[in-house]
Parts: sequence; structure tokens; C-alpha cells
Amino acid sequence: MSIKHLLGLQHLSVNTITQILDTAGPMKQIISRNLKKVPTLRGKAVATVFYEPSTRTRMSFELAAKYLSADTVGLAAASSSVVKGETLIDTARTVAAMGADVIVLRHPMAGAAELMTRYTDVHIVNAGDGMHEHPTQALLDMFTILELKNTISGLKVAILGDILHSRVARSNLWGLTKLGAEVHVAGPPTLLPVGLQQLGAHVHDCPEAALEGADVVIALRLQLERQRQGLIPSLREYTRLYGLNAERLALARDDAVVLHPGPMNRGVEITADVADGSRSLIAEQVTNGVAVRMACLYLLTVGDGGREDIN
Amino acid sequence: MRLVEKAQILDEKGMARALTRIAHEIIEKNRGTDDLVLIGIRRRGVPIAVRLAERIQRIEGTSVPVGFLDITLYRDDLTKLDYHPVLYKTQVDFPVTDKIVVLVDDVLYTGRTTRAAMDAIMDLGRPKVIQMAVMVDRGHRELPIRADYVGKNVPTSTREVVSVEINEIDGQDRIVILDRIGQNE
Amino acid sequence: MKILIKGGTVVDPSAGTLRELDVLVEDERVIKVEAGITARGATVLDTAGMLVSPGLIDMHVHLREPGYEYKETIATGTAAAVRGGFTAVAAMPNTNPVADTRAVIEYVKKQASVAANARVYPVGAVTRGLEGNELAEMGEMREAGAVAFSNDGRPVVSAGVMRRAMQYARMFGTPIISHCEDDTLVDGGMMNEGLTASVLGLKGIPAAAEEVMVARDLLLAEAIGCALHVAHVSTAGSVRLIREAKRRGVPVTAEVTPHHFVLTEEAIAGYDTNAKVNPPLRSKADVQAVLEGLADGTIDVIASDHAPHADYEKAVEFDKAPFGLLGLETTLGLVFTYIVEPGVLSAPQALARLTVNPARVLGLAEPAINPGAMADITVIDPNHEAQVNPDRFLSKSRNTPFGGFWLRGQPVATIVAGKIFKFDQEGR
Repeated sequence: MSIKHLLGLQHLSVNTITQILDTAGPMKQIISRNLKKVPTLRGKAVATVFYEPSTRTRMSFELAAKYLSADTVGLAAASSSVVKGETLIDTARTVAAMGADVIVLRHPMAGAAELMTRYTDVHIVNAGDGMHEHPTQALLDMFTILELKNTISGLKVAILGDILHSRVARSNLWGLTKLGAEVHVAGPPTLLPVGLQQLGAHVHDCPEAALEGADVVIALRLQLERQRQGLIPSLREYTRLYGLNAERLALARDDAVVLHPGPMNRGVEITADVADGSRSLIAEQVTNGVAVRMACLYLLTVGDGGREDIN
Repeated sequence: MRLVEKAQILDEKGMARALTRIAHEIIEKNRGTDDLVLIGIRRRGVPIAVRLAERIQRIEGTSVPVGFLDITLYRDDLTKLDYHPVLYKTQVDFPVTDKIVVLVDDVLYTGRTTRAAMDAIMDLGRPKVIQMAVMVDRGHRELPIRADYVGKNVPTSTREVVSVEINEIDGQDRIVILDRIGQNE
Repeated sequence: MKILIKGGTVVDPSAGTLRELDVLVEDERVIKVEAGITARGATVLDTAGMLVSPGLIDMHVHLREPGYEYKETIATGTAAAVRGGFTAVAAMPNTNPVADTRAVIEYVKKQASVAANARVYPVGAVTRGLEGNELAEMGEMREAGAVAFSNDGRPVVSAGVMRRAMQYARMFGTPIISHCEDDTLVDGGMMNEGLTASVLGLKGIPAAAEEVMVARDLLLAEAIGCALHVAHVSTAGSVRLIREAKRRGVPVTAEVTPHHFVLTEEAIAGYDTNAKVNPPLRSKADVQAVLEGLADGTIDVIASDHAPHADYEKAVEFDKAPFGLLGLETTLGLVFTYIVEPGVLSAPQALARLTVNPARVLGLAEPAINPGAMADITVIDPNHEAQVNPDRFLSKSRNTPFGGFWLRGQPVATIVAGKIFKFDQEGR
């Protein structure tokens, strides 16, 4: 892989995406072993710097690093100098000066990961920046789809819910369309960003159109504060109009699979029977998340000698 | 820098004979095939292991489990590389604990690949014994490692490259020595 | 002391003419404008091939003093103005304390006279503390020298307050400069709403956020008869509304900034906080519309909205960075490169939008190069091409998205009341 940082899927080539997905397979084998450790990244240090609470993504990255024998250290915004007013750039420089090889950054503001790349020399992995991108989530979604469908090209993928605020939707849109899927997004008009059609997405304000004949359905988490912000009238109505339930899922193909980036609000964006049903790959996504993150850490830190800095 | 063929060490027939001899030696040394498993190191160790298993089956009438091992994640030179070695899946669908594991590779050179392979195997379980079978031992060891079964010992200089060509991968069976011509060793 | 400006082309922006004449300045006045002047003992300024224009006026700048002297001071801001070819600027009131009393207006004027660079015309706040509730003491500020009233940066949310402000301002014959932006539509937005914002994951500001307030203020100005000046027009819809209002006879004028006719929202790709500005950089269609507005006279004035911010304030997450960018030292080059060179306007027409038009809006003496006129003169080399190098700026700040741009058309000398500031090719 010829990239130094993983900021998003917008600027990744099909080759690089494929390389990550191909590498995730062997990585997944390691997770399923008794002895879940390989010495590959011995002596490397991975710092997770999280400005948003996110137990699962952080744990997933830390385990990925540990399975590869890297040392990990975590910085949580609430308990750090961040509350004392340290800027993001100073935090990045400090973490880099302590010898971290990789910074995994979760931040509520778009572009935060890219900002870090301009001021430090370490590898930056974007673990979600505002409404911008969450590349490893999309990669693990694609890996999960590939495991079951063996291809992404030609699939119809429906992404349902709060597209406007979703970095997962954006990263998936880039990645899936690059690999040849037909992506349909659906959500309330107040939660649809402007201009997605120009990126090759099919945009609907009713979920049925997106679900019709879909091979893959990705239900997005609805932040409960969207009602308070006045973006939807009520959670109850949202569930009725946009929630993924068995009846709606029946519009998709018989072999359609269901994904959700988690954490789920059962009974809001997805009903419990669908979330826990036979077509749900939600549990598998979590395992695959570790594998994909192992692949990313491996590909970013190994083979440094010949990479070009494209980001 | 380019590679020029210098000499052919073994042709198709020679390789077949060597493989048959190694199969016999494995059976003889281990007094049969009880607890015997073969694990080929990706990539060219894989078809060689398969062929050895076929020969052992023909000789003894017993089927020996064959696994394939990717040692990339165990290499000791990963941080020095300027490229990404392609990562393949490891396929060892049987327990290795208390087994006689015969590692199979095409060439034994510095011994570093074998070291990585032994670490990888031991992360999968605790074999009774690990043995090593190679088509060519070309010398220049950097670690205290030796092969139990050798197709052919070939003294080489470090400038030379030993190329084991396998039908399944290269379209023909033969072993040649190539010489590096030009600068930039 | 005499200055002889020799061999240049004198611009009359009111008449739209160019004439090859020499200009003789004595002390602070122009004393002679004719061909072939010779004057013993005069400092001769060879202006062959150059334009000799009445001094440029930037009617929309933020000098940051008092209160934010780490970003800019009146001294550094006016030095930057002179370097950019401006002999006068109008300073916005969002300082600390806010320019909402006679005392602050007088302070600004005093600091400007101490600096002795470009003239400074203070703009007073419409409401106390820019809060949008109680009217500021416009009458007192008017007496102290405020040339207009504005809540720039903090739009007057209440239509009722704006109506009363216009009633008051009309009494003094002073324009209200309106920063038109409906905060409920901006709603925390960071850049223009559109594909670029969607891709970057930045919250969008719809065009309607500006247009609904332009429409409101046009209706109020029409009803009350107060002179309304719409600051930094950025959308096609605003241009259309102003064009229609002018046709109806509403006493409205409007300005556009160089960044709104040169750059689009795409300048933000890569999260360049130096391109974060309010109103936001808009779409190609909006740029086209403001250029048409400039060409047909809907937009009267080009002003920079010079808004200095310290480096460390801009070197943060895009959401955290303050809005605003520098303009004083790039405006003239941008006007010549993007307006005059492509033929949107002729040089005299473009210069009218930087001289006589802002003077009319602010009720200042008509800028002209005539015997007896104040010697505020800008000499421009329309063919000299130079690369924008922020490290050379005289402004205290560096927040420009134009660093590295090659601009054709550079100020060569700026004369303020007979005091000459000259620049070499490398910049001072």
C-alpha cells in the first residue's frame, strides 16, 4: 500500500481498497486462533486518541494492534490535557514526540485527522471525524459483504437513515461505488445531504424505493438528539416511516443481508427481530472490524521504505 | 541488475527422483506415518508438500494431512522492507499439537524463513517434533538451522539465485542457478 | 513639498475616461493636471505605462483595534491598506469594546491619525454591543465621525430593531450597512451548502440564509426610505433581489468581495481554514451571478472585508477556526486579474467601484484628480505580475487563501494627502 495515512475512502484507489480487504482475510484467521497474536508489529506503538466516547471502535483498534504485538496507549479527551485547552495540533505533536508510530484519531469535527497529518510525521488513521468519513467502518462492511457475496460489483446496497450526519454512509458510498456496487440511500429529507447524486448515489426520501431488490441493507444509527434538534418530528414517526422491519426487509432480495455499524437503537432504526434475525451480519461485523483494522495497521506500518505520501 | 541463467541443477526427472527419495526418508525416519503432517511454506513449499503427500500415500497407503503456511507476519525484516509482501491465508485445518510436523520449502538459505515458520507453527500448537524438508540447500546459514531432508545440496555464492520452478506455479519442473549481472546487488 | 506624477494615464472613474496627463501635487492638494508639466524641485514619479487613479477606498475592513491588537492594529491595518493601494478604509465596529459610542469612534480616529497611513472612516454599531436589542447612540457617533452604521458579523436578528435603526439612520442621512444572514438558517453552518460541504462533512449554509435577510432589509429600506448598503453579496439570489429593488427605486447599494468573485466553495477542499469566511465561498453559478451584478451595476462597490486572524487561531479544526480572511493587500491585483483582464469591467469602471462608488455610499467627497482636490492618489502598474507572498504582508496576520496566486496589476505608489508611499517590485 502506497499511502501513509488512512483518512477516508474518497482518495483511496480501488487497488488499495482491494489490498486492505485481501489482507483482512488472513488477519481474521489470527483472531480465530487460540493464540491470538503474531509478532508482526513488535516494537511499534499505536496511540488511540479519542475526542468522542466510543467504546467499541477504540477497543477494536486496540485489540487489532495488540494481536499484531504493537503496544497501545489511549488518550481520552475527557481525562486529558484536552480539557485544559490543548490544541489538536499540540496533542498530535506530543503523542508523536513520545514515539507513537500510529495515531488513531476519533474526533467530532470533520477534517481533524487531515489536520493532524499536516503537523506530525506519524501515520494517522481516521477512526471517524465528524460527518466526514469513517473508513475502517466502511472497509469492515465491505469485507463482511465480500465474505458472503464474494463480490461487491453489481450488488444493490441500500443505506437507510440519517445520511446527513453519517460518516459511515459517506465512506461506504465512496468505497462501494468504487468497487462497482449500486448504492441507494434513503432517509427523511431533513437528513439527506445535498448533492450526493453527483457522486453516483441514488437518493430517495422513502425507504421502500431503496430496499426494492437490494442485496445488502445497511441501517444507520439514529442519534436520539435529532428529534430535539427539530430534524425529525418524533422517534415514533421516524420508526414508522423509516425503521427497518421485517415487512420492509421483505422488499429486498431473499438472500439480502443486514448490516448496522452499531451501537443499535433496537426499536428505532431497526426492529429487534431484524437485528437478531438470520439475515443479520451485525455480530460478524464486529469480528471483521478487528480483522480489517489489523490489515490497515499492518499495511500502514510495514513497507515504509518505499511508500509515497499521497495524503 | 538482471538475472542470467548459469546452470541447470535438476531437470523434471531429477526433481521427481529427489522427491521420491525424500518421501522414503520421511517414512523411514519416522517409522511410518503415524502422527505425521506436512506443512508447505507459501508459495513454492505448497505444491512440493502436496507432491510429497501423494508419494507417501503411494508408498504407505496412508493419507497424510497437508497444510499451508504463510509466514509473512512472522518475518524479521518487515520493518526494513520497502514493499508489502502479499499476505496469503494459512490453511492448517488440523491440530499440530503432539504431531510430527514436516515443514516443506523449496530452498533453504539463511534459515530465517524456517525460523519464522517454526514460530508460526508453534503459535498454532505444540508439535512433538518439527522437521524440515527442502528441494535445495544452498548454504550461507545465518541461524543455527539445518534440514532433515534435502533434495540436493548446491554450493552457491551469495551473488547467485537458486530458482526452483514448479509446474503448478511456473509451468515446468526444474531447478536452475541464476547469476546477477550488473551493479546493485 | 511637490510631487510630479509624470507620464502616466490619469483615470477619471466618474466619467469612465483615461487621459495621458501629468499631475502636480503640492503639500496635500493637487494643484495642476495637464500634459507636459515641468516643476523645479518636485519629486518626480515616473509613471509611464501606469494608471494614476484617485485614491482607492476599501469600505469594509476590520482593523481589530481596540481589543484584538494581536490580530491587527490600526497602524498595521492602515499600513497594509496603503501597501494595497488604498488611501482610505472604513473600519467595522466589531472591536472590543464595540464601536457603539462616541468614545470608541474618537479613539479609532485618533489612532489612525497617529499611524498616519491610510485614512480611517469609522463605522458605528447599529445596536449597543452588537447585541441586536437597543439602538446605539448613532447621533453622537455621527458627530464624532462615523460614516455609516453596521452590525457587521452580528446581523440584526429582529426586523423591528432594524426598522427602528433605519428610521434613525435616515434622519442623519447615514447608510445602514447590513450583513445579511439569518442565523436560524445558518444554524452552525461552516461553508456553502452543496456537494463540497456534503463530501467534506461540514455543515452547510444555504443561500437562503443570506437571501431572506436581503429581502427583509430591502423591504424595510423601501418602506422607510433609508439608504441600505448590502455588505458582501455572495449569492445569485441576493444579486437578483437587489437588481429588482434598484429597478423599483429602493435606495440600495451593494458590495462584493474579491474572494466571492474569484473563489468557489471548492477552495475549502482540504479543509483550508484560510478559505473559511462569512458569508461562505459559494458555487460557480453564484460567482457568475456576482460578476454579472458587477457588470450591470447592480453591485456598486468592491470591498475586501479584510478580516485578520492570528495563525494559531486558524491552525485548528475547521469547525473551530474563526471566519474571515485578509483582503487589503490582494484586492487590487484580484480586481485587475479577475475583473479587468477578462473584460468584466474596464479599468476605469472597476476603479469606480473602488473609488467614487464607495465614496458616494459613505457620503464622502467625490474622489477625483482635479486641481484643488485632496491629493489621495493610487498609482497602479496594470501589467506588473507578482506572486502573492503572505510573508511580505504588512498586515499583522497571514490568513489569506491567495498565497501563491500570480496577480497582474499591482499598486506602485499610494499618496495620502500628499504623503507618498512607494513600493519596489519586491514589496516595500
